[in-house]
Amino acid sequence: MIIIGERISVIAKKVREAMAARDPKPLQDLARTQFEKGANYIDVSIGPAEDDGPQLMDWAVKVIQEVVPAPLCLDTTNRAAMVAGLKAHNNQWGRALINSASGEEERLNNMMPLAGEFNAEIIALTLTEKGIPALAEERCEVAANIMGKAMECGVPMEDIWLDPLILPVPFQQDKCKESIRAIRLFRELNDPPMKTTVGLSNIANGAPKELRGIITRTFLVLLMYEGLYSAIADPNDKEFMDTMKTVDVLMEKRLYAHSYLEM
Amino acid sequence: MPFVMPKDTYAGKVNTLTFGSEDKAVTIGGENGLPFLSFESIIPNRPLIALEIQDVAPSDWPDTVRTVYDGVSDSPAKWARFCQDSLGAKIVALRLTGTHPDRENRSAEDAVKTVTEVLSAIDVPLMILGSGHTEKDAQVLKAAAEAAKGRECILGKAQEENYKTIVTAAIANNHKLIAMSQLDVNLAKQLNILITQMGFNKDNIIMDPMSSALGYGIEYTYSVMERIRQAALVQNDPMMQTPLLCDIGPNVWKTKESAAPESELPEWGSLEERGIVWESVTASTMIMAGCNLLVMRHPKAIEAVNKLVSELI
Repeated sequence: MIIIGERISVIAKKVREAMAARDPKPLQDLARTQFEKGANYIDVSIGPAEDDGPQLMDWAVKVIQEVVPAPLCLDTTNRAAMVAGLKAHNNQWGRALINSASGEEERLNNMMPLAGEFNAEIIALTLTEKGIPALAEERCEVAANIMGKAMECGVPMEDIWLDPLILPVPFQQDKCKESIRAIRLFRELNDPPMKTTVGLSNIANGAPKELRGIITRTFLVLLMYEGLYSAIADPNDKEFMDTMKTVDVLMEKRLYAHSYLEM
Repeated sequence: MPFVMPKDTYAGKVNTLTFGSEDKAVTIGGENGLPFLSFESIIPNRPLIALEIQDVAPSDWPDTVRTVYDGVSDSPAKWARFCQDSLGAKIVALRLTGTHPDRENRSAEDAVKTVTEVLSAIDVPLMILGSGHTEKDAQVLKAAAEAAKGRECILGKAQEENYKTIVTAAIANNHKLIAMSQLDVNLAKQLNILITQMGFNKDNIIMDPMSSALGYGIEYTYSVMERIRQAALVQNDPMMQTPLLCDIGPNVWKTKESAAPESELPEWGSLEERGIVWESVTASTMIMAGCNLLVMRHPKAIEAVNKLVSELI
């Protein structure tokens, strides 16, 4: 499975301060450790960055790709910052991943054309102005709308990563199985199957710390069984990564060897 | 409606491996698709063939291949030079058969002497192969690796039982390494992991799935190689992306078809032709399964396989 390392996020105080001070080291350290632990993409979340979005994204992309030979997942709602990130991105190790479009009209119109223009891949959240639809089928309708827009913009279906949105089990217990079902239904929307991704840690938000690990890992197994293509997660979490590798082995997506966990 | 060729794209790529020194160095691997599917992948380097020589006279080879080396096979250095200068070998593979305890039981010092002589006789890349006795190979290859320092040889074969010593010697003397497991994809991966965990660069490994000859279990080798390539290319498994080696001589030239005299089996036709065909077809099968480097014995078989590769690539 593809892992998008989530640690470079403006929500973290250390990252926020480093971004404000343009201090590359904390970002580079986080990028390097996540890459070493098996992240395929490094997420770069700068938030809305209303003051200096383009400059910040340009700087962040460059300093991170100085130290890791990996594609980046550019995470911002600021269109100008997204453009700056896509321009700065070095495609030598893979194309950039836009995070994200959604079924909201303005956001879809803002982001989807960029995927076509810059030949980037794009995460699309299946929500609209009305919120996150309750049923998996309703999320498929949003997905179909997103796919239609992608066609208009010349974005191939295999470049879209559909995200059903994960709601926390402590507050929305009934939605968990809808997200699992959505992964199965999303895949059926196209042949070859649509790619899918989830922000996995959200499932355990609001749960006591000691429960978060087990909830997240178990949820991962259920989603992977349905064919989940990727997850935004913390690759430094060894138990999580071990679970992912073991499911890959059991589903025959990774060749078994006695030391498979060490790879 | 025009026909559009369906094309697969692969997530992974076979490592590129260069060995030998200076302008005679050769490169194998680097393909990003299944063997010879050049319409959907890039194959930067063709499969190469090393000519096998031994540290002792090839008394156990059938006449049809032994006589090719009459007059040179009494001296490994002469033999090596003959392969390079007269047969145009791009790579020579020296098998230290005589070090086997059940053969001449030659010592590590004897092996060092042979390696040194051979290296001064040729400038094409050298592969140094042990006798296959895991315990003895560890001593012999350690000494041979030191003697060959600076020539970036391929050293082998490291197996589960002896890899630690051989890996250490390969690291210390800057050689490439053959990792061999016995027809088992999972053990092949495991051995590569263990070798890299010792600090050996995975890009310097070449994997030997253990070859067999046509009619004597070649389909097992073929299946294992197919699975290794699927893991490397489709599943992008970094531990399976090493180039593949097939060392076919010893098995091919042990088969009944390559050795049984015409007087016993007249209906099988010319013995010489049979042996050459057996080695050619075995080799061709291995390159179809993704082999990057072959070790072979008969120059006519090598010629046939090289011709086939030129037509396919």
